[in-house]
Amino acid sequence: MEPDYEIMGETLIVNVPQELDHHSAKMVKEYSDQIIRDKSIKNIVFDFSNSTFMDSSGIGMIMGRYRVVKEKKGFVGVKGVGPAIHRILEISGLYKLVEICR
Amino acid sequence: MEIQEMTMEFDSLSSNESFARVAVAAFAARLDPTMDEITDIKTAVSEAVTNCIIHGYEGSTGKIRVECKIIENELFITVIDRGCGINDIKKAMEPLYTSKPELERSGMGFAFMEAFMDNLRVSSIPFGGTIVQMSKKIEQKSLDK
Repeated sequence: MEPDYEIMGETLIVNVPQELDHHSAKMVKEYSDQIIRDKSIKNIVFDFSNSTFMDSSGIGMIMGRYRVVKEKKGFVGVKGVGPAIHRILEISGLYKLVEICR
Repeated sequence: MEIQEMTMEFDSLSSNESFARVAVAAFAARLDPTMDEITDIKTAVSEAVTNCIIHGYEGSTGKIRVECKIIENELFITVIDRGCGINDIKKAMEPLYTSKPELERSGMGFAFMEAFMDNLRVSSIPFGGTIVQMSKKIEQKSLDK
């Protein structure tokens, strides 16, 4: 699958695949880490506008990216969160780590 | 009492995670679940199958068996692997505990299964495999009308 992202200044915006599970999380992790390294990115925003499913693998992937950008004093954001994704973010306590972006 | 069953077996490949949860959701659809209930079922199946792939078989290829049963308005799901098994089930089920932090596992798999299903039972034999049994009652919307 082709990486789907855009860069705005120091922020990488990742368009999260429709279903974020172990299979797709691995791909998102690999290409975001590469872009963070290559393009001196500080912050990462996960755009869930096209996403309707996430399991604990997605949580692990977001927490992993949180550690990466924290080292650069950046932040992790989420946007376009629908009800199914919201429930997972809430139950996992991830809202304590991420910022809600518009 | 009406009983319906469905069984499938597939390789422990990560590309089969979406296949497994969609197949179980399609089977459960005959109980007329809400969107939220379907998402709960898909999440629980995804967690159980991902565990088989990452932990049970540790990336090598084996078979995963998923058995589903509907008895009246209750869905029963059993996920079976013949992988390495779990030494300490109590520890494995602790929220946030993971034996594979290097793989960025959140340690929430069993917690999600517990949260999204009504019942969860895990049995395992070290070097023999693991059986995860879950069930969920579906509120039947059409009966309310």
